[in-house]
Amino acid sequence: MTVTETRSQTSYLSDGYTLRSWLLTTDHKRIALLYFAAITFFFFVGGIGATLVRYNLLSPKGLLGSAETYNRLFSMHGVVMVWFFLVPAVPTTLGNFLVPLMLGARDLAFPRLNLLSWYLFILAGLVALYALIVGGVDTGWTFYTPLTSFYSKGHVVATVVAVFIAGFSSIATGLNFIVSIHKLRAPGMTWHRMPVFLWSLYATSVIMVLATPVLAMTLLLVAFERLFRIGVFDPAIGGDPLLFQHLFWFYSHPAVYIMILPGFGVISEIVPAFSRKELFGYKFVVWASVAIAVIGFLVWGHHMFVAGTSLYSALVFSILSYMVAVPSAIKVFNWLGTMHKGFIRFDAPMLYALGFIGLFTMGGLTGLFVAALAADVHLTQTYFVVAHFHYVMVGGMVSAYFAALHFWWPKITGRLYPEMWGRAAAIIIFVGFNVTFFPQFILGYLGMPRRYNAYPPEFEALNVLSSGGASILAIGYLLPLGYLAWSLFYGERASANPWGATGLEWTTPSPPPTENFETTPVVTLPPYSYPYTETSRDE
Amino acid sequence: MSEAVGGHAFQYSSARHQAESAVSGMWLFLATEMMFFGPLFLAWIFCRHADPAAFDAGARQTDLFIGTINTALLITSSLSYSFGVAFIETGRRRAMILCLVIAWLLGGAFLMLKFAVEWPHDFERGLFPGAEFVFTPAERNGAQLFFVFYFFSTAIHGMHLVVGLGLVAWIMLRAREFTPSRNTAVFVVGLYWSFVDMVWIILYPLIYLIGRGP
Repeated sequence: MTVTETRSQTSYLSDGYTLRSWLLTTDHKRIALLYFAAITFFFFVGGIGATLVRYNLLSPKGLLGSAETYNRLFSMHGVVMVWFFLVPAVPTTLGNFLVPLMLGARDLAFPRLNLLSWYLFILAGLVALYALIVGGVDTGWTFYTPLTSFYSKGHVVATVVAVFIAGFSSIATGLNFIVSIHKLRAPGMTWHRMPVFLWSLYATSVIMVLATPVLAMTLLLVAFERLFRIGVFDPAIGGDPLLFQHLFWFYSHPAVYIMILPGFGVISEIVPAFSRKELFGYKFVVWASVAIAVIGFLVWGHHMFVAGTSLYSALVFSILSYMVAVPSAIKVFNWLGTMHKGFIRFDAPMLYALGFIGLFTMGGLTGLFVAALAADVHLTQTYFVVAHFHYVMVGGMVSAYFAALHFWWPKITGRLYPEMWGRAAAIIIFVGFNVTFFPQFILGYLGMPRRYNAYPPEFEALNVLSSGGASILAIGYLLPLGYLAWSLFYGERASANPWGATGLEWTTPSPPPTENFETTPVVTLPPYSYPYTETSRDE
Repeated sequence: MSEAVGGHAFQYSSARHQAESAVSGMWLFLATEMMFFGPLFLAWIFCRHADPAAFDAGARQTDLFIGTINTALLITSSLSYSFGVAFIETGRRRAMILCLVIAWLLGGAFLMLKFAVEWPHDFERGLFPGAEFVFTPAERNGAQLFFVFYFFSTAIHGMHLVVGLGLVAWIMLRAREFTPSRNTAVFVVGLYWSFVDMVWIILYPLIYLIGRGP
């Protein structure tokens, strides 16, 4: 390394205070904060949609009165949450912030591309908000044809364009991460010395880069069909609506792993740090991520078991879907193995992480129910499916996001959040989540279909319970907004390594200087060499 | 901020390190482009499989002559660009500029032929899918589907070509900066330029050749 001259030690937060120094920054840490602002906004926009959906379902007749309004609300909730929160949440915020720090690099490989990805995201968000304000769509987030291309009354083209642009933002992020991880590892940082968070972002990025373009093309074809009233998914001229579903799920099933894999990475960082123990079975955890990314490309057909696909293809997709459970289970067992005989501290990040493990396991196991052909005929399009994917996406992914936010908050802001509030919020979210979504498993099993604004009176009690849980959950999500904002001004100053965690990001001051490290670090140890002592990591 | 240190951005250890990263970034981008065009070709072949006779009837209405000329133009354009890359690697900047100008003009000629000559001709003959479509009922549906693919894919390809022309023009404007040891941008744009060609090489038989056999 030739670049060892003294580097500026100014914190990235105080390196310029003008609006310009933020909006035209190429510093990965500042771009991460720009993303934080955008993502938080969309999380609450999507949350408002969810709130209104749960409000409507308080009464069997539907409190909002109109099925059309209800359709637009759940579609808005789905579109915003999937493409403007879940897919970008961890990679663009914590990923952007941490990838160079964990690699021991000064920035990502392509800083300007990184900034461009944020502007694309904002543009996509504005288009989505426009579509929302002028009336939204009633197609659901899945845009199935021919409803979407011919019969829907909503603003399909604008919504589809928004998702299309958001896709390019995520391609840019994925591409940047892959090249950075290949080319910018610090001396001594071999592939098997990389933290699992980086491995899981690598696997995520591969999916982002290879699956998102398929969605982009599919949505363009839908937009064409909508605009010219004729197209390739139109059965009237020999096109095939099922082809749309194949192409859509070829992206959207792997996209589920885009959402959850970064969560796995987060948990793999937090569990060892709060168990004071080395991560159990590092290589298994790492290669399980890669296996999930690969197998994830081969299971899309399980969304179409009742759509008229052949029995043989359904069988193959069912078996392949079962195979995804294997690497997922490997991870869960490895986290448990890490905790076994560890010295466990129940700080807020660990509470969120434990919540993740429980809720993800529930979501994963119920995934096996719907991957089974016979059971799926009964359960498909019911609230069972809704509960299943919310356990993975909200119980799993959102918990992991909050775990990560609390764990790295001192590094990002230089302040400690109030620990008791953090723990309280973690517990409230866990309880609220289960009260909201567990009843939906029962509702679905009893046969309540999803996407209806009204339901038979015998389902009322469970629906009211679910809506009650949603209000607890809402409090749980609003709390961090309050106390984390408070900590920005009044929180205790954080040291470089407040958790006593391993990893290069903890060797630099909190908040890190603009150039990340005073001198380029040299890695001599495998990751997770716990228990951590001051001398266990020589520079 | 990522100001350059010693001729390379500050996150890299050398200019070579940066160049390698830029090239791998472009290859990865081309992988995403493959996944972008892939579903289009897949859908095309899948739909043709359902109604080959009507697709072939549609294909026979396309302008083989212009299509073939265009294929030749694009391939020659890439060849010229590759010569440009070879020239700058030996320091012959003027020769590189000449090659790039030729590549640009050939690409521009493709666009002119495709969108100013062939497309209007197709419209005049009532080949755009919709109410005015000229085909007889027996082949009407499949042929319409064929022309949906035709107009859609040539438009998407055309947009890629326009972006390519912009990039080649940008390289020409910056030509003074390139030397035998510093020419990554020339190479990287060349990768993209050739890729746009490759897409056409798949589109050419799909549009003009399949269905014209005996």
